[in-house]
Amino acid sequence: MNKTVNQKAWFLILPVLLLVAFSAVIPLMTVVNYSVQDTFGNNQFFWAGLEWFEQMLASERMWDALGRQIAFSAIILAIQIPLGVFIALNMPKKGFWASVCLVLMSLPLLIPWNVVGTIWQIFGRVDIGLLGYTLNAMGVDYNYTQNFYAAWITLIVMDVWHWTSLVALLAYAGLQSIPDAYYQAAKIDQASRWKVFRFIELPKIMGVLMIAILLRFMDSFMIYTEPFVVTGGGPGNSTTFLSIDLVKMALGQFDLGPAAAFSIMYYLVILVVSYVFYTVMTNLDKRDGH
Amino acid sequence: MAKITLENLAHSYLPNPKSEDDFALKELNHDWVDGEAYALLGSSGCGKSTLLNIISGLLQPSKGRILFNDRDVTMAPTTERNIAQVFQFPVVYDTMTVRDNLAFPLRNRGADPSYIKERVQQIAAMIGMEATLDRKARGLTADAKQKISLGRGMVREDVNALLFDEPLTVIDPHMKWELRTQLKSLHHEFGHTMIYVTHDQTEALTFADKVVVMFDGRVVQMGTPQQLFETPEHTFVGYFIGSPGMNLLDAKVDGDTAVIAGTQISLGKGFGTPTGKTELGIRPEFTSLQFGNEGLPVTIKRVEDVGRHKIVRADFQGTEINIIAAEGESISPDMNRVVFDTAGINVYSDSWRVAPLVA
Repeated sequence: MNKTVNQKAWFLILPVLLLVAFSAVIPLMTVVNYSVQDTFGNNQFFWAGLEWFEQMLASERMWDALGRQIAFSAIILAIQIPLGVFIALNMPKKGFWASVCLVLMSLPLLIPWNVVGTIWQIFGRVDIGLLGYTLNAMGVDYNYTQNFYAAWITLIVMDVWHWTSLVALLAYAGLQSIPDAYYQAAKIDQASRWKVFRFIELPKIMGVLMIAILLRFMDSFMIYTEPFVVTGGGPGNSTTFLSIDLVKMALGQFDLGPAAAFSIMYYLVILVVSYVFYTVMTNLDKRDGH
Repeated sequence: MAKITLENLAHSYLPNPKSEDDFALKELNHDWVDGEAYALLGSSGCGKSTLLNIISGLLQPSKGRILFNDRDVTMAPTTERNIAQVFQFPVVYDTMTVRDNLAFPLRNRGADPSYIKERVQQIAAMIGMEATLDRKARGLTADAKQKISLGRGMVREDVNALLFDEPLTVIDPHMKWELRTQLKSLHHEFGHTMIYVTHDQTEALTFADKVVVMFDGRVVQMGTPQQLFETPEHTFVGYFIGSPGMNLLDAKVDGDTAVIAGTQISLGKGFGTPTGKTELGIRPEFTSLQFGNEGLPVTIKRVEDVGRHKIVRADFQGTEINIIAAEGESISPDMNRVVFDTAGINVYSDSWRVAPLVA
């Protein structure tokens, strides 16, 4: 049988090509463009090669921001994942209260980032905020604008409040898909509550849990709005995470070259971590099967 | 091992059952004799699994009591009842190896490690999975997983009863035979009380000493396969067991004669004058096609040759009558009468069997 050759079919992918070009490729390329050039104003650019990249890699400022960023992501993952699973395990399985819980759980997810920031900014204020005022009235020295720990705790609690629901909802969906027979068999086998969790529930929700971890990692690693609204990166530089630092550099100081080099490395870190994570995750699934 | 007694047991999934229709399991009194193998047979949704889950304690009955060796366990949790149960769909612990899966029930009960090792080996040999003992259970085929479930059910020797809830549904046909045979030999060896739920009559009749037939939440008959075949107590039993099932014909019965749509036939035994909706039940095995003017006038619709015998589908005034004819018997389209062997005739009044009067 002769194959019909019709190269016109290529035109069919044109819309997608255009869309991706404008939404991803072209913006990314402008960043790449900035990262290898220098300017002294007047829209005049000079070739700079990898200079900015070398400079950024040697910059203490970036390594500090990266360190804070990793610490932040690690802490919120360590809290949100177990807490989310714990909440999911204790949510009612069906009926009226299940719906109530689901609605309550999804509420924080529906609030825009800057509003979340504003809520906590006001909530924690020492002069008028319910939380800040109460804590200080109780004799706790709490002031997120001055104290390193207060600032970190506020941001972590805020993120936990905002995003634990996501983990809980995903885990809940995973738990709901476990057939009753598993629990019945476990009863027959006299498995303890812990063993039911360890050998039935955890393996069954592992897939969604991995997705939850990945989502929370990526999101927290890119966090900008909430810390910007609450602490503005302070006190000092103590809550200046990567994206806050990046914006300061790009828009505050207008150091386009270094900021572009920074962005690209930032992007690559997330890409690599996500890729490694995804590969490990899919391999875990396959390994036992063969 | 125990005798299991059900006393006035009934169950409804509704919180406030009003009429009898609300009950998934209607009031029931029954003794499961220690060491017998029972099959619980019925169509889907007739309450078989409900009954099984009540016995194992996964479900609390709405009414009545359950006794194990005369001890009331109605409210006792599953763990206290010491029962093994195998479910319709395979339940395995994915992240464990096959060996750990089989050892799980024993470990949870704190059995001795050397005993566990030996027992797991025995069970693995029984289900033919010795070679895969150290593989993870995840990724095995459905029938391998179900064999593990069966193995986990059989691993404990001291159980009060072994319950099977349609365990062979997902297993390959040739493996079905093998496993069923093994279950039977296991029963002979250890003498556990076994209750085997199924909707497959072949499975029920080959597995069990006694078959319990359920219909619409009620036990309609309990008996040996032969009793179910010869004297079905309820029209459902007649229709459900047998292939094809029993022929049922509306009739007027008076003493030892019946009138079916104007044709009089002799019953060979007296049945008095049953009231209500009266039917004659006759298995296809007790019918034969003939020429002439004796018996019921029928027209042959088609003949199916199933190998060992032929099934003739005939029409009698709009009602289908199935007739089983021997393999070598020649069937002519002119055969216009069906004759019943009186030994195989049962009379039903409102679906329940009427016992013949002893002459």
